Amino acid sequence: MAQAAATVFRGLSGLRQWAAHPRTGGMLALAAVIALLPLALSNNYFYEIAILVALNAIVCVGLNLLIGYAGQISLGHAGFFALGGYGSAIPSASHGWPPWLALPMSCALVGLLAYIVGRPTLRLKGHTLAMATLGLGIIISIVLSTEDRITGGPDGMAVPALALFGKVIRGESTWYWICGAALLLSVWLALNLIESPTGRALRALHGSEIAAETLGIDSARFKLQVFVISAVFAAIAGALTAHYAGFITPAKASFMHSVELVIMVVFGGMASIFGAVVGAVVLTTLPQMLTALKDYEMMVFGAVLIATMVFFPQGIVPTLGRRLGWGGK
Amino acid sequence: MTLLAVHNVCKAFGGLHAIEGVSFDIRRGAVHSIIGPNGAGKTTLLNMLSGVDVPDSGQIRLDGRDLTGQATHRFAAAGIARTFQNLQVFFNMTALENVMTGRHLREPCSLLAALLRTPALARAERACRDVARRLLQRVGLADYEQARADAMPYGALKRLEIARSLACEPQLLLLDEPAAGLNQTEARAIDALIKHLAADGTTVILVEHNMRLVMEVSDHVLVLDHGRKLAEGAPAQIAHDPRVIEAYLGVESALPSHA
Repeated sequence: MAQAAATVFRGLSGLRQWAAHPRTGGMLALAAVIALLPLALSNNYFYEIAILVALNAIVCVGLNLLIGYAGQISLGHAGFFALGGYGSAIPSASHGWPPWLALPMSCALVGLLAYIVGRPTLRLKGHTLAMATLGLGIIISIVLSTEDRITGGPDGMAVPALALFGKVIRGESTWYWICGAALLLSVWLALNLIESPTGRALRALHGSEIAAETLGIDSARFKLQVFVISAVFAAIAGALTAHYAGFITPAKASFMHSVELVIMVVFGGMASIFGAVVGAVVLTTLPQMLTALKDYEMMVFGAVLIATMVFFPQGIVPTLGRRLGWGGK
Repeated sequence: MTLLAVHNVCKAFGGLHAIEGVSFDIRRGAVHSIIGPNGAGKTTLLNMLSGVDVPDSGQIRLDGRDLTGQATHRFAAAGIARTFQNLQVFFNMTALENVMTGRHLREPCSLLAALLRTPALARAERACRDVARRLLQRVGLADYEQARADAMPYGALKRLEIARSLACEPQLLLLDEPAAGLNQTEARAIDALIKHLAADGTTVILVEHNMRLVMEVSDHVLVLDHGRKLAEGAPAQIAHDPRVIEAYLGVESALPSHA
């Protein structure tokens, strides 16, 4: 009898632990938000925003692994985003590839590119990756604009619709579910990574690179791994964006877009997976809400950013988390 | 039996010769202390033995394998672990996670398994957690398991670093002033810990200013002065070596003459 009670008690406290854990509780909360949000989305415009948020959030979750956990800054993630989009658009539009095949191929190629760029630069100390990705992003942007026979030039190109199992995916709400599921999957992957030996190695590098190396952690290898992952996340979001919008322009690769992505990560909170999601939500929806202010839009936007950095120096989620006394992963 | 052979290593920082042509052997299973006045080059030497600094010349061999010039993480893979004089704790983690990180080389590190959190990986993580828990108990930090490192007192952090380095299961453990800044009671606890380690057969190199500790736990003492080897031998022998006394207390003529 006592044994049964003890088992039940253990089960209950286990359940509480389970619910408080970011990998389970946080995932459930995110899934609930994604599942319930359509109740509040009254028209296609809102759906469009929600899809945009989810796609940005996927990039930010990946970029946050790089910035928040590996301590490296990329100023060229818009380049990977756009390349993912074009890489999927070009073979499917011009060469008749089925998009479901072009999309993963494109993401794999972007991963390979990130590997080629990251391998030599991440062996060096300091902010060499920021410089290398800045250059890479600019090169990608220029190539996409000038190779107009392949990419359609600055005007962009049309992208065929995505079809799965012979069914063409169309309609705002279908895309909402696809992007929501993709976001949930990327958050799950990122949380898994952070709680693995690999994730600990990354956090250790951030904590003390010297100590990490004396424990046998090959810093270049782990930084490279996470850089490639973050590039692939960006490419996936870019490819989905292209197929969803049915159109892509080189503006997606612009330096300003890269900076926006970094701002989302810092705003939401570095080294916080859910922070990256919150950053993407706020900074994607805020400009939409501020359009009513017309000329003052950028001023208010800037003021919000400054205020956030003053009052939430670690970003929204980690600072709030610390104040409310939960871990805030 | 020689575990570590250091042959004629030199290291200069600009014009400053921190270590000049030092050679010594470390016996397996013994506690070796390195002592010397401030600026004698003790930490530089330890940095070279752990791969943090690369010697300008000379050789470092562990178990006959030449490690000179290799990347820092290869020294760890070869079996050398260390602690730091000025703490290098991972302040962005809990105490337990700090120690778990020490298990890095004993853990599967496949990226795909990590992303998908395979059952095998989850099992390995649980085992790693258990080992880390035991190590925290061993250094007397069982109460701090879930504490964030940045909320722990200094004395506990010193022991946390030792637990983390033990998690590597090293062949050779380098302790850089483990008792520095600790009060008497805490220093005695470190004392006991080092003796336990030695009794278990871990080879230890200890850099320490606390002479009582050095004399109590060492099998062998190496004295550095101005980057050169001044003397080496058994603790009792070193304690009475006139050259050592001179290096620590100044030239004899400065002392009151003993008629």
